[in-house]
Amino acid sequence: MTSEAARVRRRPRRDKLLISLGLPGALALILFQYLPILGNVIAFQDYQPYLGITESGWVGFSNFSFLWDGNSEFLNALTNTLVLTVVQVVLVFPVPLALALLLNSLAGERLKRLMQSVLYLPHFFSWVIVVALFQQMLGNAGMLNTFLIQHDLPQFHVIGVPELFKVLLTTQAIWKDTGWGTIIFLAAISQIDQEQYEAAAVDGAGAWKRMLHITLPSLKGLFILLLILRLGNSLSVGFEQIILQQGPVGLPASEVLDTWVYNNGVIAGNWGMSAAAGLVKSVVGIALVIGANKLAHLFGERGVYEK
Amino acid sequence: MTTIEQRATQRSQSEPRRRSGKRPVWMETPGPLVQAAKAVALGISLLLVIIPFWSVLATSLADQQTINSSGGGMVMWPHGFSLNAYSAVLSGGVVTRAMVISILITAVGTFVSLATTAGLAYWLSRPGAAGAKPMLLLVLGAVLFTPGLIPSYLVVKEFQLLDNYASLILPVMVNAFNVIVMRAFFQQLPQELFESAAIDGASSATILFRLVLPLSKAVLAVIGLFYAVSYWNAFFNAMLYIQTTDKWPLALVLRTFVVNQSAIGGDQVGSGEALPPQLPMQMSILVIAILPILLVYPFLQRHFAKGVMIGAVKG
Repeated sequence: MTSEAARVRRRPRRDKLLISLGLPGALALILFQYLPILGNVIAFQDYQPYLGITESGWVGFSNFSFLWDGNSEFLNALTNTLVLTVVQVVLVFPVPLALALLLNSLAGERLKRLMQSVLYLPHFFSWVIVVALFQQMLGNAGMLNTFLIQHDLPQFHVIGVPELFKVLLTTQAIWKDTGWGTIIFLAAISQIDQEQYEAAAVDGAGAWKRMLHITLPSLKGLFILLLILRLGNSLSVGFEQIILQQGPVGLPASEVLDTWVYNNGVIAGNWGMSAAAGLVKSVVGIALVIGANKLAHLFGERGVYEK
Repeated sequence: MTTIEQRATQRSQSEPRRRSGKRPVWMETPGPLVQAAKAVALGISLLLVIIPFWSVLATSLADQQTINSSGGGMVMWPHGFSLNAYSAVLSGGVVTRAMVISILITAVGTFVSLATTAGLAYWLSRPGAAGAKPMLLLVLGAVLFTPGLIPSYLVVKEFQLLDNYASLILPVMVNAFNVIVMRAFFQQLPQELFESAAIDGASSATILFRLVLPLSKAVLAVIGLFYAVSYWNAFFNAMLYIQTTDKWPLALVLRTFVVNQSAIGGDQVGSGEALPPQLPMQMSILVIAILPILLVYPFLQRHFAKGVMIGAVKG
């Protein structure tokens, strides 16, 4: 008891040191994660960089006019974003699950580990590297077309073709993050009770039926959770990836909300309007997460957070 | 850690027969067609990852003749082996400078990131520490919400950090998710050890440096490597905040000369002699950007599943 009392007496001094160790990190979070929230006020200002936030005049909601005055750039960016979201949820999202099931069906632990090592790798490369690799493989002077020319075959153009841009983005996203995406599914699969499989096998269920009736139902909750998180981010579709490849394909095919905020704000100088667009996007994103979570509760799943 | 160890033991108890290459007795061996289909699927996915890297490496090492004979495009096998592209690119000029800048930013950034992340995680991990609860909420909030592009830019601008290397480090110095992971790791260390040290009169700094950090080498290594990879790859902040060409890190050089295919001239690489062909030089820049990640990858890989799981299980 005396040591307990002594510890309580020592606590203020102890904590002062503790806090000073943690404070630099805390300050970085506050200054660069929370302070920017205040910066959103320029969405209601006629912000001029040389005047700064304090001197720029207030304009009410006029920066938000793109929402109702049929701004064609905004509508184009919104359409592209939504199309990409739908395409990516349908095509990109289930691929890691399929790959995880395939990896899980391998009997050899060493083969499995080798596969994982190689397939996780692209996740660690930046989009600059991934885009450069795709250009060198599929570009007009890339490996594929060099090969086709040498063998007098028709060439295959996909880089810099506006009509195929969304296909290209989707392929790149699959290439980069499918392997990494399997981690969470593999971890969940390893949690499934092996005796279920054994019992099913004894009752005559083949490998396919076991997957259909044991593995997939066990992963349903996780799948819905990940889907909700993805839907909450549905207005963010690969900023870096797109901005790197916008040049050759042009804005009509490639502009999404994030790139529009950048091009319209930082490049073109429409600061207030861009900040307004960013603010709308954040608010809608939060609403989407909450809405998707409600939906999950309706289906009887746990979702991201409890009711 | 504990959860993972528990799970590992659980697994080994529940499936004692499943060792390398052996199926449990109840599991049938798949038919030849299924096995062939699996082999094809796995083979294709392996090749899709490996071929681009191999081809980039081969092209960067190819000499003029090999490039010409392949019609000026990528090669799969450098018949004439040449390091000219590397010596040209690394002989001074934009690329060499960018590489040095990226190395310095990665080194300094990783160090300050680790120090601040560990300090914050330690504060939040001590039971009953003053102010830890509201701070934890702040960290969790930062995991969920990322500030918008324009407001972040304004903050960096108001702090006079535009075109300053600090703008590549400070805004991304503390990753809230990493704080959570490290805090979870600190919390599962044997707390009795720290209590007895505290009773013996050790200050919290002594406990941190003499006990906690030495016991946490694994998590420090993983999170340090994650930070290092992200600093090395950093493109977006550099594009946003760095305006002077002389201050470009490697990612911007990569974009200009490889993605946008700007010609690499003699004044850009600092060598007055005849330059090697453009393609091998571009590919050598790409290899220089890729190689450090490939080198740290085996170390990263040994730990990341563990790190990811700690975050997922305990976060």
